[in-house]
Amino acid sequence: MIAEIGLAALWLAAALAVLQMVSGAFALKAAEGEVNPLAIYARPAAVVQAALAVLAFVMLLYAFAVTDLSIKLVASNSHSMKPFIYKLTGTWGNHEGSMLLWVGVLALSGGMLAAFERRLPERTMGATLAVQGFVALGFYAFLLLSSNPFERLPVPAAEGSGLNPLLQDIGLAIHPPTLYAGYVGLSVAFSLAMGALLTREVNPAFARVMRPWVLGAWVLLTFGITAGSYWAYYELGWGGWWFWDPVENASLMPWLAATALMHSVSVLAARDALRTWTIMLGVLAFSMSMLGTFLVRSGVLTSVHAFAVDPERGAFILGLLGLYIGGAFTIFALRAGAVAEGKRFAVTSREGALVFNNVMLSAILAIVLLGTLYPLLTEAFDVRVSVGPPYFNPASAIFAIPMFLVMAVGPLLRWRSDKPARIQFEMLLLASLLIAVIALVSFFGSYPFLPLLGLGLAAALAVAAVLPLRGRKLARVPVATWGMVLAHFGVAVALFGMACEGAFSEERLAAVAPGGTEQIGDFAVTLESVAPVAGPNWTAIEARLAVRQDGGAPVLLNPQARSFWSPPQSTSESALLTKWNGQLYAVIGNQAEDGRWQIRLWWKPFVTFIWYGGLLIALGGILSIAGRVRVDVKRRAAIAKGAQRRADLDALGGVPAPVPAE
Amino acid sequence: MKAKHQRLILVIIALLAIVGAGLLAAWSLRNQANYFYLPEQMASDPPEVGQAVRLGGMVKAGSITTMPDGVTVDFMVTGNTADAIPVRYSGILPDLFVENSGVVAEGSLGPDGVFVATNLLAKHDENYVPKELEGMGTEQAAKMASETTVGLKP
Repeated sequence: MIAEIGLAALWLAAALAVLQMVSGAFALKAAEGEVNPLAIYARPAAVVQAALAVLAFVMLLYAFAVTDLSIKLVASNSHSMKPFIYKLTGTWGNHEGSMLLWVGVLALSGGMLAAFERRLPERTMGATLAVQGFVALGFYAFLLLSSNPFERLPVPAAEGSGLNPLLQDIGLAIHPPTLYAGYVGLSVAFSLAMGALLTREVNPAFARVMRPWVLGAWVLLTFGITAGSYWAYYELGWGGWWFWDPVENASLMPWLAATALMHSVSVLAARDALRTWTIMLGVLAFSMSMLGTFLVRSGVLTSVHAFAVDPERGAFILGLLGLYIGGAFTIFALRAGAVAEGKRFAVTSREGALVFNNVMLSAILAIVLLGTLYPLLTEAFDVRVSVGPPYFNPASAIFAIPMFLVMAVGPLLRWRSDKPARIQFEMLLLASLLIAVIALVSFFGSYPFLPLLGLGLAAALAVAAVLPLRGRKLARVPVATWGMVLAHFGVAVALFGMACEGAFSEERLAAVAPGGTEQIGDFAVTLESVAPVAGPNWTAIEARLAVRQDGGAPVLLNPQARSFWSPPQSTSESALLTKWNGQLYAVIGNQAEDGRWQIRLWWKPFVTFIWYGGLLIALGGILSIAGRVRVDVKRRAAIAKGAQRRADLDALGGVPAPVPAE
Repeated sequence: MKAKHQRLILVIIALLAIVGAGLLAAWSLRNQANYFYLPEQMASDPPEVGQAVRLGGMVKAGSITTMPDGVTVDFMVTGNTADAIPVRYSGILPDLFVENSGVVAEGSLGPDGVFVATNLLAKHDENYVPKELEGMGTEQAAKMASETTVGLKP
């Protein structure tokens, strides 16, 4: 019954998406200040649809929890012997389940928008919900017609075939749902942008409605990418944190667009500039998340971690992509001219700096996009290439470096118009800091240029991030400003971690007999023994490594080489020793014929700062949202108070009441 | 400056940056793309010494030898023809690196004609076949998939 309830809920939800779309579209027919009688169904349709989509997902979750082997998806992706937590996370560790999760989050965010958003004009709201319904409908069609998660097997399977062991990790339990929520949050930004474009209501009030959605999606994407990077770092056993893999790029591209969008929507909300640019970025950001879904789901790209791929489904998503993005850009082209112009600003101003960084982000996005799609293009001519770090690193650095420079001075500039001479001192300070750090570090050794520049930029950015707080009463600084300071400081921290990893990492690879010792950094690593161990659904050989720092007390590290039996596959479980100033990373390899074991060790100074930085950036975003919400609540309270006072005045027959002293 | 002009300038700057990014990308993709070679391609038209490329093929049976240091491995990679490229790799071998299995080696050709790999990508899950080898033709690909895949049901 469970599967049938889930399937029925999905079909009903799809029907409601149609209702939402049609009803919402009627809102556009209403006159100014009125509500079309047929438009009132859009909000309830969105809310009920959200409940149904969540119900469908819970049904699938339940089917995985009890390992219902009569359902094809469960049988092919789960196993009765699997640890319970991975039975649950296995729900979205496959194509159908992750698409159901995607649709569930999409419907949920649409429902939340419909239920709680009361500030938008009804016409814009209706148009927004219509677009949201249209987007949802496409994905319902995709699920129901080509990837039904609830399909039954004619005969229940005796046992499931298990889950890819690389996915049996807590990192994979949190990473995809956060990324998806981020992707899908951008769908709301997209719908809002289209709604506002259709009704020509692009103004600061609209931007204030859109901003929390953009910020929320951006925070989730930041967190998801950070978690994904750390997962790849410890789970693949390669010791790297970013591989420019198409699947990683698929999440980076929407993040780049969302970062630009977040900044431009803030300018629109606060300063009423960048109206059409914001709308365009809204369309672009969601296009990138759709494209990401297409790249990951279609199997058109070779990737070390492209899961659950199927070219036929790729065609379906490509169709959706063309329909939505093509449609959106067509409407954009037709309507952009009709959007009233925003306020003007000089080139040297806070807005100017933001525009510059927006453009740089877009350029990096273009670099990543072209590099990711290039193998696809050449394959059409039967030339197979793969594009990697030798392309991505320098090409993106060319635009990232000026972006970081402007990012340092931008927040010091005034809105509207400013003179560069006013911040001469700060610019000199930052420039000398940049040069001093590079000179100092290169004095102690010869390092590659990019990590050196990264270190200098990190130092300058860290100082620049806190400069806007100078001379202000800290208790009075708005929470949203703290958010910006923290996020920018997080960029400096992450950059510092990346540069250190690039410049100072030490690596040691050796075949070691039990009892033998290897030296790396300040550490003496002794291989005490290698022994077999067993887990719930795997066996492994585990090394006991005693790590002594400067002859101190030993710490044990236990890297494993695991073998899973269903599906039969091996993984490397790295072991990490985390210190405040870096990580020791250990992997065990094969046994050589003479009995020695291959051991790979890395000492990575400050590598953890990469992810601390990511978390700080996300935290900055959260503070920003919290600050905005607080201001909104206060503003609403003030408006309500004013209305109450006017009502009281009216009740007194227009006699002015004495103003209470405050 | 009139508002119209300012907008126009902004749009032009944005377009220039994007087009610049595109041109830069196109240029570096021509020069720096991490090219993928099959063994027969590498034998007939070898890349420049030191250029970052990828070599994809099958690990030749009986060709894996481990050097005395215990961590350097020499092996031959074959493709659809008899050509075989010697590869040297120092590092921990991927979990599923075995004879007759599909492998993608990242690295560059040395002056002595040995391909020095900095990274080996073996198949990553039970269904993984290097996509670049799919051009082998269905029969061959199916044969290779069954040969290189542990536990794949026929």
